[in-house]
Amino acid sequence: MRLQLSPELEAFREEMRTFFTTQVPQEIRDTVAAHRHVSKEQYVEAQRALNAAGLCVPHWPVEWGGKDWTPLQRHIWREEMQLANVPEPLAFNTSMIGPVIAAFGNQEQKERFLPKTANLDIWWCQGFSEPDAGSDLASLRTNAVRDGDDWVVNGQKTWTTLGQHADWIFCLVRTDPTAEKKQRGISLLVFPMDTPGVTLRPIELIDGGFEVNEVFFEDVRVPAENLIGEENRGWDYAKFLLGNERVGIARIGTTKRLLAQAKEHAREIVADGRPLLENPRMAARIAELENELVALELTALRVVANSSDGKPHPASSVLKLRGSELQQAGMELLVDIAGPLSLASFAEEGSDVPDFARVATPSYLNYRKVSIYGGSNEVQRTIIAGTILGL
Amino acid sequence: MDFTFDSEQNDLREAVRGLLERAYGDSEARRKVALNDPGFDEKTWSRLAEMGLLGLPFAEEHGGMGAGPIEVAIVAEEMGRVIAPEPFIEAVVLAGGLIAAVGTDEQKGELLGAIAEGASVPAFAHAEVGTRWSASASAVTATQAGDGWTLTGVKEPVANGARADVLVVSAAVDGGTGLFVVQGDAEGLTRTGYRTHDGGRAANVRFENTPAVALGAGGDQTAAIERALAEARIAYSHESIGAMDTALRTTAEYLKTRKQFGVTLNRFQALTFRAADMYVSLELARSTALWASMVQDAGGDVVSAADRARLQTSRAGRHIGKEAIQLHGGIGVTAEYKVGHYTSRLTAIDHVLGDGDWAADRLAAEVAAHETVDPLGAPYAV
Repeated sequence: MRLQLSPELEAFREEMRTFFTTQVPQEIRDTVAAHRHVSKEQYVEAQRALNAAGLCVPHWPVEWGGKDWTPLQRHIWREEMQLANVPEPLAFNTSMIGPVIAAFGNQEQKERFLPKTANLDIWWCQGFSEPDAGSDLASLRTNAVRDGDDWVVNGQKTWTTLGQHADWIFCLVRTDPTAEKKQRGISLLVFPMDTPGVTLRPIELIDGGFEVNEVFFEDVRVPAENLIGEENRGWDYAKFLLGNERVGIARIGTTKRLLAQAKEHAREIVADGRPLLENPRMAARIAELENELVALELTALRVVANSSDGKPHPASSVLKLRGSELQQAGMELLVDIAGPLSLASFAEEGSDVPDFARVATPSYLNYRKVSIYGGSNEVQRTIIAGTILGL
Repeated sequence: MDFTFDSEQNDLREAVRGLLERAYGDSEARRKVALNDPGFDEKTWSRLAEMGLLGLPFAEEHGGMGAGPIEVAIVAEEMGRVIAPEPFIEAVVLAGGLIAAVGTDEQKGELLGAIAEGASVPAFAHAEVGTRWSASASAVTATQAGDGWTLTGVKEPVANGARADVLVVSAAVDGGTGLFVVQGDAEGLTRTGYRTHDGGRAANVRFENTPAVALGAGGDQTAAIERALAEARIAYSHESIGAMDTALRTTAEYLKTRKQFGVTLNRFQALTFRAADMYVSLELARSTALWASMVQDAGGDVVSAADRARLQTSRAGRHIGKEAIQLHGGIGVTAEYKVGHYTSRLTAIDHVLGDGDWAADRLAAEVAAHETVDPLGAPYAV
């Protein structure tokens, strides 16, 4: 038991901090800090800066750009990136399809996709959820039928995040409708979004933004070589991928940043003749959130230290569950600090309302998503009750 | 940064667990012990002494083991696992800790050795009716009398105050709060003991011109008291982790075996989800408690770390204690079944040295002074 980081890790943390705060353009980091819309070009520029320095895909196999870091190093890397307001490398690329191709793809697929995936030369999107297959993902109905050298795909996906930017989609499809268990008849196909028969319809969210989409497939012909891994083993790859998705989803650095911003804004707003930050109820609320966040960060450190063989520790469900709740609590705090100013959400030039107050409520509404995606918090409770408590 | 116990620490845990399992593995045994004064088992106390646990944090030259906060945490958690009634934290960590921190070499040699042997069971007489969770004293005052002192006033509730053979007493002196040693048979000392809701013992301790000896060099000891209280809060947070762990495991076991409507209770998601939330509370609190002990070990800001551990374990203890009873149903409220006793003990721990709201207020007073909290940075890691 030891509190301090080793001198090597302390130096590593400093190296990460210096890189993220000096080598990623300030303008991009300001955009993230202000919770403004991050453009496709900004995502690409930031990810390429990381990739050029070898800091984009440390968790991949070394031959494909990985770093062979310890889980604690990866944790520090991620936290420092969030603290510096650097947009994280696109999760669909680096946390999802990249590791799946590296683990289950053939040599040709690895060479074809992995370098471009790391460098965001290919922007991937995720074709998993369907209108009737959300938390119960294995009920998906989009199907692929073999026809000569092609698969022919028909069906519909939804909640496809940033699909409007995507070059390629990785898609779970039913290839054996007769399989006894519904999980057994699923395969993983990848194909370009401009393949004939693919259409995309954006879905407007309650914050007025466009982030997710519906994707429709009508007789989409996908070459057989675009099957990742084995036919009908797609469910295994999906589980592998979603396990990766949960790691790092606690977003402690991001919430830390939110609370720091909240305090800054609460100093500027006067309530009953004194700064809002000096209001005892407000100060206590922030103190409780800071403490919850300390507890979460320490738990993340415990979990990463114990997830040796690459498999997520079962307690990683705690990180997703509590991490999402604290992100939401941080956003709610910002709305409450903005108070009446939060109504000026869509104010443009000519408004005196500060930026943070304009974006507070749309962000708060948007962040309802974080307890839903990546396995909803109810799914996490099911995992904890079943896997950990044996209930 | 390392959250793992070394092999000696694991051995210590195994040994303590073995001893306490033999004593209180059957929860009825604890109930019987709690019925009669002094509210704990003198034989078990002797066995703890034989294992060296009662001198665990004291220097070897004073008869102790020279162990650190991590070892204390391990023992406290194991005590909590069976809610052992022996006053390890009260006598060794708190009263003994004050003697070790401010006592003269002579006092340390005499008093700490006796504690380590199990011959002496001291108590810290600090709480006063009408104030709460302060590091200073006002209801008991100290007056210089020749070479020594006399104390006058009332301390209550004093945990194990009637059984204690030596009292460490805080009292108002010119310019602050001093610490004094009073022998159990001193003149002008009246002690009235009673049971507490968790099966323990506390006392009203009355001083009337009672002769006392200054602990250490005398003068204002508020900072030393603040620190000793912080270290005790951290130890209590580990005791509560042990208790919460048992409360949750007992509850999960019950859900798997108790049948209603023809099925076991774990078929009801309304119940299993609540058990999952208990697990979340427990693990977050456990991380914070372990961290606080590491801060203490590293020489960081132990007072602030203790407040953080106190806040987290207070919230978790209330959550888990209440839910453990509710998920059991009526049997959870009975004295014959063990789980309710855990809730009672958690409730006692929550109020002895400051509750969650109290800790939150202290942290809130500092909230404007830092941008972010870095548990691996200043002021915790130095």
